[in-house]
Amino acid sequence: MDITFTNVDYTYQANTPFQGVGLRDINLTIHGGSYTAIIGHTGSGKSTLLQHLNALLKPTAGTVQIGDRTITPATNNKNLKPIRQKVGMVFQFPESQLFEETVLKDIAFGPQNFGMSADKAHQRAEEMAELVGLPKETWEQSPFDLSGGQMRRVAIAGVLAMQPEYLVLDEPSAGLDPLGRQEMMDLFNKLHRENGLTIVLVTHQMDDVANYADQVVVMEHGQVIRTGTPREIFANEQWLVDKQLGVPKTTHFAEVLKQQGFQFEPLPLTEDELVTALLPQLLRQGGAANE
Amino acid sequence: MTKAIEVQNLSFRYSEEAKRNAIQDMSFTIENDEWVAIIGHNGSGKSTLAKSIDGLLPLEKGTIIVNGIELSEANLWQVRDQIGMVFQNPDNQFVGATVEDDVAFGLENRGVPRAEMVQRVQDALQRVNMTAFATREPAHLSGGQKQRVALAGIIAVRPQILILDEATSMLDPKGRQDVLATIRQLKAETHMTVLSITHDIDEAASADRILVIDDGQLKQQGTPAEIFRYGSRLIKMGLDVPYTAKVAEDLSTAGVALPSQFLDESELAQTLWTLHSQM
Ligand SMILES: Nc1ncnc2c1ncn2[C@@H]1O[C@H](COP(=O)(O)OP(=O)(O)OP(=O)(O)O)[C@@H](O)[C@H]1O
Ligand SMILES: Nc1ncnc2c1ncn2[C@@H]1O[C@H](COP(=O)(O)OP(=O)(O)OP(=O)(O)O)[C@@H](O)[C@H]1O
Ligand SMILES: [Mg+2]
Ligand SMILES: [Mg+2]
Repeated sequence: MDITFTNVDYTYQANTPFQGVGLRDINLTIHGGSYTAIIGHTGSGKSTLLQHLNALLKPTAGTVQIGDRTITPATNNKNLKPIRQKVGMVFQFPESQLFEETVLKDIAFGPQNFGMSADKAHQRAEEMAELVGLPKETWEQSPFDLSGGQMRRVAIAGVLAMQPEYLVLDEPSAGLDPLGRQEMMDLFNKLHRENGLTIVLVTHQMDDVANYADQVVVMEHGQVIRTGTPREIFANEQWLVDKQLGVPKTTHFAEVLKQQGFQFEPLPLTEDELVTALLPQLLRQGGAANE
Repeated sequence: MTKAIEVQNLSFRYSEEAKRNAIQDMSFTIENDEWVAIIGHNGSGKSTLAKSIDGLLPLEKGTIIVNGIELSEANLWQVRDQIGMVFQNPDNQFVGATVEDDVAFGLENRGVPRAEMVQRVQDALQRVNMTAFATREPAHLSGGQKQRVALAGIIAVRPQILILDEATSMLDPKGRQDVLATIRQLKAETHMTVLSITHDIDEAASADRILVIDDGQLKQQGTPAEIFRYGSRLIKMGLDVPYTAKVAEDLSTAGVALPSQFLDESELAQTLWTLHSQM
């Protein structure tokens, strides 16, 4: 399933004195099966764009084609349920999507709402809670009586439990500890590779962009200012710095090494690429590794 | 000299039914004008500790002394007056209908005269780069903008002790650096003490001292250099391994002879170049 934006504008609080630009003239296609990263500085429109992917927000001009459904400014809120099941969304602040009495009930809500029996949904909820690393002692607790990182995990589990086609993630690793962050990013990648899930990720972590994405969308002032592969986008460090964005840690360190005298062609984006490019410049052929 | 914060044998349990204590017999001291990072994995008790120090949770077992004042029901407000806290989720913090009202709230509470208040609100918004949003509703902002406003509300108050609970988690890397630089500058001006809960290795690296919390207990404390010596064990402590340490480990595994101590970016680059020159 593809999602295509055609000339999409979104104005917040339209026709009031408080109106403000959310999105401006967005033309963009997200292909089914792809892994897209959306980057851009604070307030550039990333979360606003994401909320159009499951029709939580509707364009104030233009259209969003979600599979066979066309969302226009006139689309009413009926019959959006199939979209909500296919396009699962983890919000920037997880509290905003938690509401049930217990952690397990919260995770089971989605599948049950989409027709699964209570027993099965409960079982699924336990599997998902386990998968995202929620300690068992939290399962029967209120989702609001959890730590920040634990709430984030409940929100992710709830979305995974619906088995969506699209996983839309708004800074999903914020608030997770580094190990949890790594495990979660690996999990998303596994779902992408093995189950063909389409992933749309908003992140400030350029390392995640380099490691996982095949398409990058750069936003500024509500507009898409560039799209390309990670290699294309990260090729120009100065441009990214001008846009208040950064490059992956590897790319930055490779620049430091280049100034020292090392050579890289092309500039590595990931730790593995860096190590592979460095070893021949540090070890004689068949060298120390055999010692 | 009085310490900024003294915590002695603190324990806390959220409810009778809870299987374990969220804080378990914790003791430590924070000096005046110190910047201390608190790290530890999800659910280890960091936010609980911060809320306890700010008197937001009932004190059951142990002692908390803030600037020489022992926390008790009687002097709760006196203690809170010393502390400015930025919560993990900014939505839980907003009280004003507009950004400027919100930032003014803490000053109003402390009886700051109107003229000074206006000036301090402007100054705080400017420091976090949110002047253009002064008349907006805090709820209607992007995630990163909300965090900036929450920070401005505390910066305006200039508390003696600033507690940040993952207060920059939604900011872009440049924004995070700017905000931390702003706080560092404020600290230089007012000598406030900073207690910062973070999962960000770079932020922890710039602290004077790091406290490592696990399972409600204080497991380690030391300077960043001392803590970073734990190498790949840092992951278990809830912190990332510094990037240069990861690369050094990869290269060592592949047979490159590198020293075992922690090297920063330029040290590693120089060490590698020396090896290359000896090839
Ligand atoms: N509910 C709202 N009402 C009015 N304006 C809003 C609302 N939500 C966001 N905006 C504005 O729309 C613009 C885009 O916001 P959006 O949340 O999409 O940014 P973002 O790129 O996700 O930023 P961040 O990285 O800080 O989360 C911002 O200028 C913001 O102030
Ligand atoms: N309101 C609450 N009621 C009951 N238990 C709670 C409550 N808040 C937190 N807990 C539990 O107390 C423990 C410590 O939580 P705390 O919020 O202090 O963790 P944290 O170190 O801040 O984690 P994170 O990095 O995820 O924010 C966790 O096991 C959590 O589930
Ligand atoms: Mg956002
Ligand atoms: Mg916390």
